[in-house]
Amino acid sequence: MDIKEIKSKFPIFSNKVKGKKLVYLDSANSSQKPKVVIDRISNFYSKEFSNVGRSMHSLAVTATNRFEETRDLIKNFINAKFREEIIFTKNATEGINLVATTYGEKFIKDKDEIIITELEHHANYVPWHFLRKRKGAVIKFAECDKQGEVSIDSIKKLITNRTKLIAVTHVSNVTGTIMPLSKIIDLAKTKKIPVLIDGCQGAPHIKLDMQKLDCDFYVMSCHKMYGPTGVGILYAKKKWLDELPPYQGGGGMIDEVKKDNISFPESPTKFEAGTLQTAEIVGFAESIRFIENIGIKNITQHEKEITEYGLEKLKKNNSVSIIGDPKERGAIISFTIKGIHPHDIATILDDDGVAIRAGHHCCQILHEKIGIPASARASLGIYNSKEDIDILNESINKCNKVFNN
Amino acid sequence: MDLKELYQEIILDHGKNPRNKKKCDGFNKDAKGNNPLCGDKVHVYLRLNDEKQVEDISFEGEGCAISIASASIMTEIIKGKDFNVAKKILENFINMLKDGSKPSINSLSDNENTTIMSLSGVKQFPMRVKCATLAWHTFLHAAENNKKVVNTEE
Ligand SMILES: Cc1ncc(COP(=O)(O)O)c(C=O)c1O
Repeated sequence: MDIKEIKSKFPIFSNKVKGKKLVYLDSANSSQKPKVVIDRISNFYSKEFSNVGRSMHSLAVTATNRFEETRDLIKNFINAKFREEIIFTKNATEGINLVATTYGEKFIKDKDEIIITELEHHANYVPWHFLRKRKGAVIKFAECDKQGEVSIDSIKKLITNRTKLIAVTHVSNVTGTIMPLSKIIDLAKTKKIPVLIDGCQGAPHIKLDMQKLDCDFYVMSCHKMYGPTGVGILYAKKKWLDELPPYQGGGGMIDEVKKDNISFPESPTKFEAGTLQTAEIVGFAESIRFIENIGIKNITQHEKEITEYGLEKLKKNNSVSIIGDPKERGAIISFTIKGIHPHDIATILDDDGVAIRAGHHCCQILHEKIGIPASARASLGIYNSKEDIDILNESINKCNKVFNN
Repeated sequence: MDLKELYQEIILDHGKNPRNKKKCDGFNKDAKGNNPLCGDKVHVYLRLNDEKQVEDISFEGEGCAISIASASIMTEIIKGKDFNVAKKILENFINMLKDGSKPSINSLSDNENTTIMSLSGVKQFPMRVKCATLAWHTFLHAAENNKKVVNTEE
């Protein structure tokens, strides 16, 4: 695989940052976009645009077809059983809120329990907190250990006959831990508990097969998958989508409207109220094609190689402490430098064109558990190379120089 | 944009060895401040006497070098000042970070002027201005009995 060639497909890398080459190590936050995706959106607006599903003219037919094509591509990409199981949202956050709201409305009663983990992003905690406030639900946190792993036992021991849902991340956006999803889902199935997976850090990097994985819900953010902002995907098993009430009300999601009653269509229409991000959804089709042309397994392999190189390099750097040491790690390395706050690290790295993220990464529970207020995080995408890691490491050494450490 | 201007010796010194980082004796006012985007926290304590003079001021908190240094420098400069003078210094300081204007306070000694000016480099780093101003806003809340937690994102 020629990474230089792949990288050249991302226009952003032809720009300089403060006169320096951009070393982008913030893909867990949001990935950069290949030219095909950017061009597709522009072309769609120039040649094919109109609102989907509402008008009879030929532009509307074309736009609708393009839009629905993306749904089919996603269905195949994640090997869902039915295209109706793919719901467009604005991001992963909205996907989780959709489930928390509709599933919560129908199935959660006072003192019912929801299990999440200490690794979760705020997006997979706050929506359940709303249910705690609104319905009296109880949220239980499965503990993570020093390595950043959540053992199957720590989840098992929280399960009671009041457990109504288990919601866990696929890959931690701080420690990079790849969660033992199959084990968790097998366990949940024996107790008939549905499982929601926050796939934000899984979907861009790891081959997905919904039929094999057999989870009930899986959410993604397309902007982390070389796609446009404003698009998310909620995968849900058809049986849930048939059972759950609609989420938001408005145009497009109705069957028949009378003064005294309204009926609703089936999924996905039922859950897609109002005009969606048409151009971005059409553009996202190109992101999937882009990923599939490279091959998701090749992406996993390449990122694994660079991650291992990074771990090796940073472990040798005495001033650096790496957060967590999971057996299975995605393309994420979070770290601290002795005596230098992560914000200062980020500012100094930025001076060398190295873009990382510093802060709590929307995981305050985890940072509190580790006992630090913030960390620095380098996260990878298909465009990163060993050279990027070398520059990162040199820039870390510069932090120590600036601080006279 | 120069890192050396941001991380001057004075700032590194105050960041590593912050002055007045404790609860000061007999404080009669205090307030908290948060920067929720990055998790910086500060708690400012002060003893204001009947003549509205800041008899003592201190802080506790965690954050980057810039936020800790700025809090430390603030306590050094404001201690012993009249509240009205302190407020004027604060306004000047915030303006310096906004538009680069030099703080012009007659009541500041040369030494104090140099110290406060060491933070002027922050202006070139827009993402860091909030780190530098957090403690100062929190001081104002404390002095004015504003019970609301300062939040840099509001
Ligand atoms: C694990 C995880 N969950 C959820 C999110 C939220 O994604 P979004 O803001 O796109 O909804 C993120 C992204 O920061 C994430 O890393």
